[in-house]
Amino acid sequence: MQAHQRMLDPTPDGLHSGESPLLQTVGLTKRYGDFLANDSIDIEIWPKEIHALLGENGAGKSTLVKAIYGLIQPSAGEIRWQGERIALSGPSEARSRGIGMVFQHFSLFDNLTVAENVALGLDGKESFKDMSARLEQVSKTYGLPLDPKREVWQLSVGERQRIEIVRALMQDPKFLILDEPTAVLTPQEADQLFVVLERLKAEGRAILYISHKLEEVKRLCDTATILRGGKKIQTCNPRRETAASLARMMVGGEIREVKAAAGRQTTIPRLVVNDLSLAPDEPHGVRLEHISFELKGGEILGIAGVAGNGQDELFAALSGERLAKDPGTVVIEGIAAGHLSITKRRKLGAAFVPEERLGHGTAPRMKLSENALLTGHAASGMVNRGFIDTAATLDTVDKATETFDVRKAKRDPEAASLSGGNLQKFIVGREILRNPAVLVVSQPTWGVDAGAAAVIRQALLDLATAGAAVLVTSQDLDELAEIADRIAVMFHGRLSEPLATRDATREKLGLLMGGSSLEPKEAAHAAGA
Amino acid sequence: MQLVLEKRAERSNTIALVSPLIAIGLTIVTMTILFAIIGKNPLLALHAYFIAPLTDGYSLQEIAVKATPLVMIAIGLSLCYLANAWNIGAEGQFLIGAVAGSWIAVKTQGTDAGVWVLPAMLVLAAAAGALYALIPAICKVKFGASEILTSLMLVYVADLLLDYLVRGPWRDPNGFNFPTTAEFDPVATVPLLIEGGRLHLGSIIALLVVASAAILLGRTIKGFEIRVVGAAPRAARFGGFNANQLIILTFAVSGALAGLAGIIEVAGPVGHLQPGISPGYGFTAIIVAFLGRLNPIGILIAGLFLALTFIGGEQAQIAMKIPLDVTKVFQGILLFYVLACDSLILYRFKLVFPNRQVARGAG
Ligand SMILES: Nc1ncnc2c1ncn2[C@@H]1O[C@H](COP(=O)(O)OP(=O)(O)OP(=O)(O)O)[C@@H](O)[C@H]1O
Ligand SMILES: [Mg+2]
Repeated sequence: MQAHQRMLDPTPDGLHSGESPLLQTVGLTKRYGDFLANDSIDIEIWPKEIHALLGENGAGKSTLVKAIYGLIQPSAGEIRWQGERIALSGPSEARSRGIGMVFQHFSLFDNLTVAENVALGLDGKESFKDMSARLEQVSKTYGLPLDPKREVWQLSVGERQRIEIVRALMQDPKFLILDEPTAVLTPQEADQLFVVLERLKAEGRAILYISHKLEEVKRLCDTATILRGGKKIQTCNPRRETAASLARMMVGGEIREVKAAAGRQTTIPRLVVNDLSLAPDEPHGVRLEHISFELKGGEILGIAGVAGNGQDELFAALSGERLAKDPGTVVIEGIAAGHLSITKRRKLGAAFVPEERLGHGTAPRMKLSENALLTGHAASGMVNRGFIDTAATLDTVDKATETFDVRKAKRDPEAASLSGGNLQKFIVGREILRNPAVLVVSQPTWGVDAGAAAVIRQALLDLATAGAAVLVTSQDLDELAEIADRIAVMFHGRLSEPLATRDATREKLGLLMGGSSLEPKEAAHAAGA
Repeated sequence: MQLVLEKRAERSNTIALVSPLIAIGLTIVTMTILFAIIGKNPLLALHAYFIAPLTDGYSLQEIAVKATPLVMIAIGLSLCYLANAWNIGAEGQFLIGAVAGSWIAVKTQGTDAGVWVLPAMLVLAAAAGALYALIPAICKVKFGASEILTSLMLVYVADLLLDYLVRGPWRDPNGFNFPTTAEFDPVATVPLLIEGGRLHLGSIIALLVVASAAILLGRTIKGFEIRVVGAAPRAARFGGFNANQLIILTFAVSGALAGLAGIIEVAGPVGHLQPGISPGYGFTAIIVAFLGRLNPIGILIAGLFLALTFIGGEQAQIAMKIPLDVTKVFQGILLFYVLACDSLILYRFKLVFPNRQVARGAG
């Protein structure tokens, strides 16, 4: 494979001799009001190539691929498919031509089964039975195991994404677009995905791959096009670049280093969990079992673990979206809070950032100011005798925008119109600006570009330095290593004893994530191996 | 060639604004065809329906009188619908309000009870409407029973209760056996705004209800809560809002408003309790709520428009012998088009030519 890897450079003329690009955009432009989300972009995709699309949050990556997929109409410019100019009237036309897409935000119906979801996304007139059979066959061929009869709400994020990928593959696309597919995957799941992508490439298909993870781009992609502020900056061979040089092209400058303030003082325990056990409220949820930990002010505790091991359930129990019978199981700021609602917990000084930003962290069709009110009504002076103080809600939007560099087309747009990463920055900003005593955050930098991720991590560190207790759940071990003081691992609803970050080697965490315990003997064995 | 609905990438705000107008336009086209089919001159019929009522003072007052219950009920329903609670039984809550309020009127009949009678009737009617609406709401929250079915079924219970009362215990002894109570005393009657006219205090109350709803939804945290629970249930829970409490609250409020509308109708334009006090206000109000885009001001306008169809229908019957039921047909078609046009906010029509590629491949 590696041996006959094409050498690529920005002028591919000699290299793709004889063939024409599979897909080409010429001067593609998308305007929202006065705002140029895509500014005259030229890009070429060749068969048998994995082409990365890189750029900061809001650079216009999703906008570009949505235009290519026929989901939005470009304001100017053209799209050429196999050399012929096309005007796509919609995604179904794109699909029928051989363009497939897996979205940044999933579009699945929770209450339907895998097979039903796939059937809804296909255009053909195939019978449900044939379709199910084909689904099983495609998922087997590509090593993407799926049970067609399970309902989507029971599935992990990785499995949900598999549905989207299999659904796209069932159309037998010549060209597959993946918008941040690995943002929500564990490293293991991501590795499995790369095997599939390599295989698709070997079959002669082309792939357009959006990601913020530059190391993974270097590993996987043959070509990279970099966008900044809606414009194309360059097309290059990522293997000849370093992650830092790619990042520089994206940002147009250097990326800030995340710095922990030296000598952070820990203070009183601000979040204590005592022997928390909770039965799942869904048939396939995870039972939390005997979870205990103590988190002091000034401290960041990281929770690692493969998704679906009870992290969501723990978040719900800590936030008060689910209540515990025994008030003493969750203690916030010295007050037994296990039975208190999320609003009361916020009033005690806690703040929460869930992992799902659209639909959980925000109401997608509501304005940012209304989404500021969503969590700010409890304790941020946004409500006066039942009346909303609109100025205060707008003020939060402006402050979050400024502090976290949220890029958006106007002052107070609908949440759904923000790019994924920018919405994440807004949600994190909204909570941090409340100066919480306790912050519980899940996947703080999912889908956030390197520069913005640094800003968010720095903000978490600064919050801890200022005396808050911070609990971070993340699948990104590097992120935890960078900011956490201690790291614990969740497995099957249990939480391991936290390890000091300097002792938490990848090997140890890996063992814990796989369900082994770190008994002295086993630990020694692991070290010896 | 095939016509398919395709999801729009972006919500169309233009369509959101004009969709009620498109719906009205389509309804009028359909009605024109319908009039032609039943052998009436469509132009004259449309004139009788929509223009004639606007040309004399009596009809204008009558439109306001008919719009009053429609608007009050629809405002309550809009709160339910915004919060994803489907109260279909406003008609029953309207009747129960009328019955409960009338109880005071009947019991104080002929006594020299003071001015407290009417306020007491209004309060009792609102309370009764609210309690009646709480039955489906509580069944929904406690047992997961479909509020659509239970609230609808309770309409018939209320209807039969009213029927029983006016034929039995409350029948006017001097009423020649007609199923009706005696005419209410003046202290139990909603005062007129213009002496000798039709317009009564209820219309002012309806305007106050519209203004309060506008403030509630636009400015208060409760209104925000109602909107979020309907628009994004999971985010609402994360915001600390309890969907079940809101089902209870919005049902209670809409029941109270329907009950209030019921007693105002009985103690106002009708003057006594009898079967048939409502030409289906509680159901027509559902159309008003959607045609008004679940927005208080929109509902006020939509309420006046549907009131116009009631009056126009009566005039068309008198002038052209067009059956009164045509009004119901009209309202049904209108609701159909409103809902259909609303789907165009998120979807668009597209023509698909399945053979195009094949043809090109061959050529
Ligand atoms: N419907 C819309 N209305 C107004 N502005 C929009 C709309 N959709 C996108 N934008 C704006 O266009 C810009 C580009 O958005 P896009 O989603 O393409 O970014 P992205 O590169 O995919 O970012 P991310 O990495 O965060 O996903 C953003 O600033 C966004 O606010
Ligand atoms: Mg994006």
